[in-house]
Amino acid sequence: MAAHLKKRVYEEFSKVVQIPHEEAPAKKLRLSKPSKSAALHIDLCKATNSTDALQYLLHFARKPVETESVEGVVRILLEHYYKETDNSVRLKIASLLGLLSKTQGFSPDCIVDDAINTLGNEKSHQVLAQLMDTLLVIGTQLPESPAVRQRLIEVACKHLSDTYFGVRNKCLQLLGCLGMVDTPLTKDNEGLVRDVQSIISDYFGDQDPRVRTAALKAMLQLHERGMKIHEIIYDQACRLLSDDYEQVRSAAVQMVWVLSHLYPESIVPIPSSNEEIRLVDDAFGKISHMVSDGSWMVRVQAAKTLGSMLQVSPQFLEQTLDKKLMSDLRRKRTAHERAKELFTSGEFSSGRKWADDAPKEKLDTNTVNLIASGACGAFVHGLEDEMFEVRIAAVEALCQLARSSASFAEKCLDFLVDMFNDEIEEVRLQSIHVLREISTHITLREDQLDTVLAVLEDSSRDIREALHELICYTNVSTKECVQLALLELLKNLNKYPTDRNSVWKCLKFMGSRHPTLVLPLVPELLSTHPYFDTPEPDMDDPAYIAVLVLVFNAAKSCPTMPALFSDHTFRHYSYLRDSLSHLLPGNGLDLVDSRCGLGSVESAQLFLQQSLNRVSTIQNLEAPGAQDLLDFTIRDLRRLGELQTELAGAADFCATYLRCQLLLMKALQDKLWNMAVPLCLKQNVTATAAAQQILEETYKLEFLYSGLDSRQVATIHHVRLQAKALQLILTARTRQGLDSLISSCEKFLQDIESFQRLFLTELPHLQDSFVDKLLELMPRLSSCKPVELVKILQTTLRQSGLLQLRLPEQTMSINSRTMRIHRATATIIEPTGESDNPLRFTTGLVVALDIDATLEHVQDPQNNVKVQVLYPDGQSHVIHPKPGDFRKPGPDRHRLITQVYLSHTAWTEPSQIEVRLLLAYSSSSTSLSSPSKLGWSDSIDSLPTPETAVEGTIPFSKPVKVYIMPKPARR
Amino acid sequence: RSCILVSIGGKNIMLDCGMHMGYNDDRRFPDFSYITQNGRLTDFLDCVIISHFHLDHCGALPFMSEMVGYDGPIYMTHPTKAICPILLEDFRKITVDKKGETNFFTSQMIKDCMKKVVPLNLHQTVQVDDELEIKAYYAGHVLGAAMVHIKVGSESVVYTGDYNMTPDRHLGAAWIDKCRPDILISESTYATTIRDSKRCRERDFLKKVHESIERGGKVLIPVFALGRAQELCILLETFWERMNLKAPIYFSTGLTEKANHYYKLFITWTNQKIRKTFVQRNMFEFKHIKAFDRSYADNPGPMVVFATPGMLHAGQSLQIFKKWAGNEKNMVIMPGYCVQGTIGHKILNGQRKLEMEGRSTLDVKLQVEYMSFSAHADAKGIMQLIRMAEPRNMLLVHGEAVKMEFLKGKIEQEFSIDCYMPANGETVTVTTNPSVPVDISLNLLKREMALGGPLPDPKKPRTMHGTLIMKENSLKLVSSEQALKELGLNEHQLRFTCRVQLQDPHSDTDTLHRIYTHLKSVLKGYTIQHLPDGTVMVESIVIKVSSSTEDPNTKVLLLSWSYQFGSDLYCLKRGFFF
Repeated sequence: MAAHLKKRVYEEFSKVVQIPHEEAPAKKLRLSKPSKSAALHIDLCKATNSTDALQYLLHFARKPVETESVEGVVRILLEHYYKETDNSVRLKIASLLGLLSKTQGFSPDCIVDDAINTLGNEKSHQVLAQLMDTLLVIGTQLPESPAVRQRLIEVACKHLSDTYFGVRNKCLQLLGCLGMVDTPLTKDNEGLVRDVQSIISDYFGDQDPRVRTAALKAMLQLHERGMKIHEIIYDQACRLLSDDYEQVRSAAVQMVWVLSHLYPESIVPIPSSNEEIRLVDDAFGKISHMVSDGSWMVRVQAAKTLGSMLQVSPQFLEQTLDKKLMSDLRRKRTAHERAKELFTSGEFSSGRKWADDAPKEKLDTNTVNLIASGACGAFVHGLEDEMFEVRIAAVEALCQLARSSASFAEKCLDFLVDMFNDEIEEVRLQSIHVLREISTHITLREDQLDTVLAVLEDSSRDIREALHELICYTNVSTKECVQLALLELLKNLNKYPTDRNSVWKCLKFMGSRHPTLVLPLVPELLSTHPYFDTPEPDMDDPAYIAVLVLVFNAAKSCPTMPALFSDHTFRHYSYLRDSLSHLLPGNGLDLVDSRCGLGSVESAQLFLQQSLNRVSTIQNLEAPGAQDLLDFTIRDLRRLGELQTELAGAADFCATYLRCQLLLMKALQDKLWNMAVPLCLKQNVTATAAAQQILEETYKLEFLYSGLDSRQVATIHHVRLQAKALQLILTARTRQGLDSLISSCEKFLQDIESFQRLFLTELPHLQDSFVDKLLELMPRLSSCKPVELVKILQTTLRQSGLLQLRLPEQTMSINSRTMRIHRATATIIEPTGESDNPLRFTTGLVVALDIDATLEHVQDPQNNVKVQVLYPDGQSHVIHPKPGDFRKPGPDRHRLITQVYLSHTAWTEPSQIEVRLLLAYSSSSTSLSSPSKLGWSDSIDSLPTPETAVEGTIPFSKPVKVYIMPKPARR
Repeated sequence: RSCILVSIGGKNIMLDCGMHMGYNDDRRFPDFSYITQNGRLTDFLDCVIISHFHLDHCGALPFMSEMVGYDGPIYMTHPTKAICPILLEDFRKITVDKKGETNFFTSQMIKDCMKKVVPLNLHQTVQVDDELEIKAYYAGHVLGAAMVHIKVGSESVVYTGDYNMTPDRHLGAAWIDKCRPDILISESTYATTIRDSKRCRERDFLKKVHESIERGGKVLIPVFALGRAQELCILLETFWERMNLKAPIYFSTGLTEKANHYYKLFITWTNQKIRKTFVQRNMFEFKHIKAFDRSYADNPGPMVVFATPGMLHAGQSLQIFKKWAGNEKNMVIMPGYCVQGTIGHKILNGQRKLEMEGRSTLDVKLQVEYMSFSAHADAKGIMQLIRMAEPRNMLLVHGEAVKMEFLKGKIEQEFSIDCYMPANGETVTVTTNPSVPVDISLNLLKREMALGGPLPDPKKPRTMHGTLIMKENSLKLVSSEQALKELGLNEHQLRFTCRVQLQDPHSDTDTLHRIYTHLKSVLKGYTIQHLPDGTVMVESIVIKVSSSTEDPNTKVLLLSWSYQFGSDLYCLKRGFFF
């Protein structure tokens, strides 16, 4: 113990107090918050060696710096910079300067001079490069001051002659980012006026490939900033295409491409001849050449760029698909040509004999151009490339070019069809998609169709579906083609029965596209006979349905066809018309009693508008009359939606809205409102239910429909507010607990506030509405007692009229199809719910249920769509499908193909579970919160509003019943 | 066959050591005595490099190393080293055991020979000795095929072996960087051919097989054990996978099984698709392809069988062919060239009745298809490689002379480089201008840098003043002062003088003064001094005046200038004449 004490005493005595010296400068600084910079300063002063200083700086860099103290910090850093001898510390300081000048709200113009001064006596090249980078940051932060720019440019020009490549790189980058677009005035030491471009282009010939790349990039940067690149650069860029380094070549490809867009029509001479061609053609040829480059990065780049050079002349374009074949110096026909010839001679390919491809005519040795001069065969190479990235790029480029040129589309068809056989699925899929996109230009020959259809047996579902999609859009030339396609599709149907819907749809388009080609096939297809009655085919056979779909769709535009049908065909028609209405034409078959012709979209539109206008007169009516009117209008609108698919979304939306109003009206206008509470229990129950339902409906209105504008959203929110008010009143009437009442009152007041904040711009349109009145009373509301508040609410609610719904302006004009109101819908295709065989599995284990559904007009399905499984005992599971399970076959359309796992304890009997799709919503991610629509998004971040917490799900598909049977496990 | 001898920078390298399959006598192997006359091969050759495992490129290797005697290093890539002995052993078996030849290498010799092999990796630079280095590049063609870049000092050679510029189902395309060799030795099998897209042929092949299987027929594909067989297997395997087909595919056992092991092993040498997917599944672990048993040939139902050998001249493929030939539903697909006289050749030419040994005839009813899958670069591919490597000279080998002639013309026309095509046994000499490295003193270099001008352009030569010193074996470039110091010599200055006579009545000093004032007025921008010792200095040119002894009116002007200042003289001349 004594020893311990003694030790402590000694410790006390021997303690050295260290006073941090040189604290004075920190006090001199004019800083509002000196703490931060002062702390840094002390740290830096404390640092005895460079490693420490570096550590401090690194530590410092991790924390953000307030806008006000940035300047102070910068000064301290600069001060230390001059003192520091170690390169790495100076480098860090330089990089920190750059970081700091990026601080929001800080304008770095005050430190420009200092930063430039530091360059003066810097010896280390690395630090110099970092300083140039800092200057670049400063320069980009100050786009408004040309004087600073001019200075920075001068500095950059001065340091361009540095021996270290990094410094030159950064200088070029700076020139690229800041070089004057309009006043290219920089003087070099000979007093010549040179512009930024010529300075940069000097470095195209630099010895370091990295600098050459930087120069090209700087030039591209200039272009991006809107500066017109001079045409002289073209030659230099072309020379760089044969550089030794891939990054240079890659940048040069881009440069040439940019120039070909700027000066497509200029004339350039062909070296070693006195001919001249357009610049865009020349550039096209040169870039095509790069498709056979040694580096695959460059090849991808080149193939991609080719696609966007649409101005190129057709003869050059067609050369990219040209590859002269020869064998022993004799011209040989390509397999494509042979196939074509076989086809035109009317002979079917019976298999090739040996030496069938024997070369025919003798070639003149001089005309054979082995090394493709210009564009020759670029795509042939690209499509046969080793790397699938290049192949995909080439396929995409082909697509772009083919879309703009019909003749080219025709030519590239063979090559695209060949790509269907690629070893990588992605490439196959891509080429099928491409073929679909250009299918408007092309008609498939029989042999081509044959190749295309061979892919139908592919085991990948994606490929098959893409192909079905393609066949939907394809034109074929002969009736044999139609027959072939039908046969192959039936084969596909046989092999993969799950493709049923897709195949039927395919045949629907096939039929409506080629009615005249189908006509001669009808007797054969329906196996009718002129004299004998043939047995009636089985109506449940998917193959027979497929044939019928084809025939009926063709019959729509071919009036002579129904004459060939037998009686049962007509019966089958009416059956299919009901069961598969989406596959069969709605009208036009004169054999069926024709439905009354629907009016045009315009008239439907007009009707919709009129209905809404009629509703607005409701104020003047007595309660029962008003309710009737609403009832009828809702019915009308629903029917309209069914008839006119174009307007289904809008009509449905209006109907739902009106239904909310109707419910509200019913709840409020009951005469029992004035009764004493205990007497009107029943009344309360219905009103509560109504309020709850209205709330649900408003969420549906808000989240299920896309294409709403802020006005409608405001209206929806308004109804929701009314429903909430109703709920509040009902709570007040039934429950006696004051605490709960107070809290719900507060919540309601918050709701009003947030409504006001959200729809500030919309308030003028909401005059004389419930909310308008409430806002007038707001000061009183917020101060008064809950009971009083409830009373006020009750009167306002009953007095306020119906808020009229306006459809967005866009819906009014028929032509703009972009901003229609659409309802999100989902259809579960699989399981069908028709099976009588229960899915048996052992309890405690899982069974996988395949789900296949199409979703329409769903935004961001990956996050929002969920699968719900409801067991008979009321238990329910919500399953979130993987993002990869969603495919996007078309605009506004998604396809969900997933598996859900079911499990349950043992049952004695098989029973049905329900599967449905849910649309999840949360108001924080609503359609509203996109800042582009309204300007309030800034304010909402800062305030944690209660309604952001609203989350829920809306069932948006019909439930499908699945029969399952968990068996008890066997012991 | 290939066997090339290269002498470069004092080194002798043998590229490939192939044998001729057509001969059964001494002509089969290269004449090694030609190389050394008499003496040991090891003393003469620095190394042997084998590009790939085909027998026409490596068949004579055991003969050379064991029977002729060579102990130096033999370089080949890892897959080649693995597969090469299998083929050699097979070849040995056929020649010795079947044909009963003697004087042939033994299994032990093959093993001993393989012990001398040094394996190479792609893009790995191997120092054979201090000066000679070699580097292998990917060549496609077959598994493990490589191109080699051989470098001695600043001289270099690229030898391609066989290569393929278009990728196929199991191998990628050949690639080389811009190494700018002095000479590129390229094969030229398809010097006059430009081939159609591979995709068409593949599709045709698959379609044929598929149709035949659907009809319920049997398909026979006679193949050689290695190379194309694997490609076709992959092709069929993926097709079966894609199309969900169930018919069995068989592969005749033996060699192939062993080889497939190596294909599985050397996955890095295959193409992008196989390399990327092998983690999930190695493509060479065939799911649909099973080993063949003799009894399977009589099984009912459709099937595809790969059987060796490729020309239907013997062995299993012939047996199966005989069994199946009678049924028109069946099909035989010949995937390559067939030598005249073989059954393969006969049926390809449409012969429908074949005479078998024992005077029986065979009716050929099955369908016969020909489908060529060759893995050599075509003319376009060769041109592409030249563009990639940018050689200074070109040498074509491994092809027919007539065809090479055509390609040679094309190369000379397109690239304007010299192209050679030596016959067997012929020697081609290519002169190079090797660059001689010279040490330069740092001071001199810095001084030159300081003289200004833009940064040195690497592509343009630049002149500088200095002294070249050759001492012992090294060359040094130093400044003249330093050279003087090192050699202990005095500096001599060379001055040129000239006399000009002119008539002038004035006195010497006046004349001088007049000249001075005249020059001063004419030559603006030059320093002109009138020195007190009676001379005028224009820059560094000294002008003196003295009167002639005979005639005082004739003044003699003495001009003197040093060697470097010729330019000053020029301006002075201008001064006088104006």
